[in-house]
This record gives sequence, C-alpha cells and structure tokens, in this order.
Amino acid sequence: MAERRKLVEVRDLKMHFPINTGILRRHTGNIKAVDGLSFDIYEGETLGIVGESGCGKSTCGRAVLRLYDITSGTIKIDGVEIGAKSQSALRKMRPTMQMVFQDPQACLNPRMTVAAIIGEPLDEHTDWSKAKKLERIYELMDAVGLNRSFANRYPHAFSGGQRQRIGIARALALNPKFIICDEPIAALDVSIQAQVVNLLEELQDRLGLTYMFISHDLSMVRHIADRVAVMYLGRIVELAPRDALYADPLHPYTQALLSAVPDPDPAIEARVQRIILKGDVPSPANPPKGCNFCTRCPKVMDICHQIDPEYRELAPGHFAACHLYNDAGQTGAPRTERNQQGEDA
Amino acid sequence: MPETGLSVLQVQNLKTVFATRAGDIHAVNSVSFELQPGELLGVVGESGSGKSVTMMSLIGLLPSPPAEVRAGSVQFDGKDLLKLPQRDLQALRGRDIGFVFQDPMTSLNPVFTVGFQIMEPLRKHMGMDKARARKRAVDLLELVGIPDASARLSDFPHQFSGGMRQRVMIAIALACDPKVLIADEPTTALDVTIQAQILELVKDLRQKLGMSIIWITHDLGVIAGIADRVMVMYGGQVAEYGPVREVFANPAHPYTRALMKTVPSVRGERAPQLNVIAGQPPMLSQHPTSCPFRARCAHAFDRCARENPARFPVSEGHDTACFWDHKTGGPRHG
Repeated sequence: MAERRKLVEVRDLKMHFPINTGILRRHTGNIKAVDGLSFDIYEGETLGIVGESGCGKSTCGRAVLRLYDITSGTIKIDGVEIGAKSQSALRKMRPTMQMVFQDPQACLNPRMTVAAIIGEPLDEHTDWSKAKKLERIYELMDAVGLNRSFANRYPHAFSGGQRQRIGIARALALNPKFIICDEPIAALDVSIQAQVVNLLEELQDRLGLTYMFISHDLSMVRHIADRVAVMYLGRIVELAPRDALYADPLHPYTQALLSAVPDPDPAIEARVQRIILKGDVPSPANPPKGCNFCTRCPKVMDICHQIDPEYRELAPGHFAACHLYNDAGQTGAPRTERNQQGEDA
Repeated sequence: MPETGLSVLQVQNLKTVFATRAGDIHAVNSVSFELQPGELLGVVGESGSGKSVTMMSLIGLLPSPPAEVRAGSVQFDGKDLLKLPQRDLQALRGRDIGFVFQDPMTSLNPVFTVGFQIMEPLRKHMGMDKARARKRAVDLLELVGIPDASARLSDFPHQFSGGMRQRVMIAIALACDPKVLIADEPTTALDVTIQAQILELVKDLRQKLGMSIIWITHDLGVIAGIADRVMVMYGGQVAEYGPVREVFANPAHPYTRALMKTVPSVRGERAPQLNVIAGQPPMLSQHPTSCPFRARCAHAFDRCARENPARFPVSEGHDTACFWDHKTGGPRHG
C-alpha cells in the first residue's frame, strides 16, 4: 500500500459560491459548498464519496476536475498542479481526466447520434482520420456492451441504463486515467444499477482506471469503493478504508448515516438499532459555530459548540474530524466519553 | 386470490390501459389484492411496473384520456369505486382515502400557506369552521413532528425543507382520519437520515391511529422494515404476494429472488460481485399472452412463452405468478 502512487492529491480545497442580494447585487455572503477538503486518491483505486444532498459531494467532484474556478486550495493530478491553471491550459490535460454524469437523459445531446456523441472527444483532442475514429467508436461500444448497429441512433431510442453506457463510452474515448462518476446510478432502477456498477468494475480491472465515485447510496459505495469519504456540510467528516468504515465507523454522523440505511431483510431489520437524527442539515451559507454537525449530533459536548474539530488520522488510513477522539488533556475532552464510544462501535 | 372478508379495500382484476398515438400501453393487467384493517401493504417494483398506476386507478386520479380503466372492481366501504360518479369520488378522496405523493416539492401548492392547505380538506369534508380547523391543523402538525406548529401554519411550502414538506403532506393526508392511506414513494426523494425519521413517524402513527396503509416503493429495505404484507409487481402484473417475512425468507418468483440478490447491503458479508438481472423490462404494448419476465428469467421454459401464468398459491396467504416451482426446481404441475 505504501508504494502505491498518488494519482490525485487535493489539499484544502475550497469552493465558495457568492450570494448577491438587493438591486445592486451586492456581495453579502458565501455558500460554502466545499470548505477545506484534503484527500488523496491512489492509482487504480476507487474513492467513494458519500453524503446527503447538499453536502457538497457533487461540487467537490466538479471542483477537482476544475469545472469551476476554485476559491482556494491545490489539486494535483498525475503530478501536475491544476488548481490555478487557466481553462485553456487545462484543455490539454482533459484527456487524462473525465466525468460520467448523473442524469443520462440530460447529459447527452438529443440531436447527436450515438457515434457523434462518443466520437466528440476524439474530434476535439485528436487529428485522427474518420475511419480510425469510427474504429475507436466501435471498439468503445463493444467495451461498454452496446450493439455496434446502434451507432447511428439518437439518445431517445435508448433506455436509461443504455444511455449511461453511452456516457461511460464517451468518458473512456481518450483513454483517461482518472474518471469521476457523479451519481452514475442514481437515476436507474435497481436491476439496471447492478449492470452499470459491474461494467464500471470490469472496465477498471481491464484498463487500470482510477475512480472517484460520488453517490448517496451507501450500500452501492460499499460494493464498489476501496476507500470511502463521508461528507457533511462541505467537509469530510470521516475517511477510511471501506471495511474499517462500515464495520467500525468513528464519527457520530457516519454511525447515524449507516444505521439509517434500511436492510432488505426483515430479520436484520427488526434487530437494527436506529440512530434517528433530529432536524435538518443547516444551510451551508450559515454553518453553525464549532463543529458543523453539532446541531444534530447525538453525542454533542460543550466543546463542539466552540471549536471546530481538527481533521486528523486516528488509525492508519482512518481519518475523522470529531472531538470525541481528542486525547484527554490536549483539548479537555472527557475520557469517559471516549471509552463509551469504543464500546458502541 | 384474495377472498371476500373483513378487508377494507378489495381490488379484483384491475386493468388499466393508456391509449397513446403509438398504440395502447397495457400498464396494469389483472391486478387483484386486498387490504386488511390496520395492515401495511408494501408494493415493490421497478419504474414502469405499474405500481403507481394501479393505486391511481383505484381512486380515479389518472387523466382520462389517455388512461382508461377497462375492467375490474374496487370494493371499498360496500361500494365499487370504479362505478362511482366523479362527484362522489371527490368527496371520498381526502376524507376516506388519503394520498401522499412522491415529490414533496411539487405536490404542495406554492401560493397558499401550509395552514390553508391542511385546513382545506377539514373545512370541505368535515364541515369545520375556521377556528376549529385551525386547531386541528396545529394538532396534525404536532402529530407529524413539526416544531412550533401554530407559528408555522402561516408559512409557505418553500420555507420548509424536503423532509418537513413530506411531513406536511402526511399531515394533509391524515387530516380527515382516512381509513386508507396510499403513500406513493413518499421517501424516495429524501435523504436516508430523513427517510429514517419519516419511517419512524409512520410506525408511530400506525400504532396511534390504526389505519390501513398502502406503501409504494422500489426499495426492498424500506418494505422489510415497515410492511406486514408485500406485493411484488413486474410488467403491470402481480408477480408475488404474501406476508413480508415469508416472501423475504422464501421468495417464490424468479424476479423476486433475483431482485433480492442484486441489492447490496451495508451490513453483513460483502459480495465480491453483484448479481445482475440481464436485459430490460418489457414493453407493455400488448395484452400479455406470455409471462412478461420470461426474457430475463433464469428458469424460463416453453410453457412460459405460451401462457401467462396465473397466481398459484405457495403457502398460507402467499402466492406467485410463475410456472416454475422453487421447491422442486422444476415446472409446476396443475
């Protein structure tokens, strides 16, 4: 694990959107959609990003690919710093990094044929002949399991699962190293979701791809990801290898999130101890003082309303931002609380 | 087949067809089920399996044309709902049968206050005056767990979050103490932690109010948690119907069996690879003359292409529409 190469390194990434109000559209505040994220993605692995709607997971994905001009922070992809690069300079780098979008209905141009959609990145970034491009398009259609004879059809003739395959073929066209999948299965039916996830895994094995897999579906992320980051209100609250996170979640939010997932088995369902969170997620324009989760946390302490917990490594590879794990004496967190925590988990 | 008895709602051979320019779509075919007092019936299926259309047909909520209920009967309170005139149906909807829709963003009217929308059915159906309706509205909002209820009556829907809006929808549906509550994917648009809140609320309300609930969802996990009985739909038909523990422990229909294997879980063993159901759901352009699942079925044989299976009893209260017998692993006899 130690010698594995970091393909993506993100440090203190911030993406704030301005709020302008009044007739003068004066700048009166910021939506802190992504507020200080740091993480690495190793070559060939899948990093899952989970969280509820509005936690900033999609913004994070788009910011990492520089589809936005980020507020601050550094992003290094394949050794190249892209955080401050201009969009025109970024264009040359786009072939290494691609994206699969959530809504297969909206992300395909309804007036282009499948061949034109899959071939568009080739038109933009290569000077290949028409025949060579068509050959590549057929190759891609085979890879994602689309029949070659559909090449001249339009997106409306395809089902949701097939459209998502077109989107994946387009993302693969330029042999990227890194693909961000932004909720690629959210719009699909359960039986089709499994087909698309298996396709993504198969392609990863064959082509050595690195994924950042954004989803709100905790059970699917458990299946596909090697490591998982849990986001809440623009921050990563916990990041850990998959098995450690699902077996032994440290952050109270992760614990609540996992316990809230219904289990498709009435026997387990009857035994599961639910942690029901009170209230809703606060507005990212006006996050609470101290810890972002202090308004809903079942294990909240006084310190949580005062000081923002530090995001640090609690066990090898297991990061979390929570005062429950402060060493006694350092910030004065009660030791009993920690022990209790250990028993729960 | 369900028998006549003490059931609140009894649906027999319901058939709904949409007449479109490209031809008829047979969305619901010969669906029969019944609902016992105080029971929660979970309806599962993929999009296009006819689960929402079935429930909307029951109480005449589908626009006609294009929708047309071609056959069947819906017995409720000694009346056949399909034969009732619009005016009587209108009096019934909201009073005896409450409905909660999937999307809490679009099902509340943005230009009226939440209080007005809760009081509307109270004043119309129960003949309450403004003061009494207001008092009841406050009680309802408290019942569904909205803090500071009396102050929030004058708020508009956009001032509520998604989970709160769904609570308001539930409050409206509960306003007149309906005998039956139909909830159409009420938690699909919500986050898991909010979904857990709403599920707890529904469990709690069932104990307090004792009404019958039909809960439509595509999430097997939700069904496992709250339902008493489950109806699995596929291609506009009932594939399997039975008590929830029985169906989850001994699924009889190949579709139910496959569906349960495709869903990964956050608990227990992690499977190295997901099982898939290959292929696509069927087009419903014709009246079914063969099993709609046969193209994707691992156990299909020649009879499945010739006949559409009727519902065979498997055990007490548990039946399935399949010619394949899961106990013997061969064709069913009879």
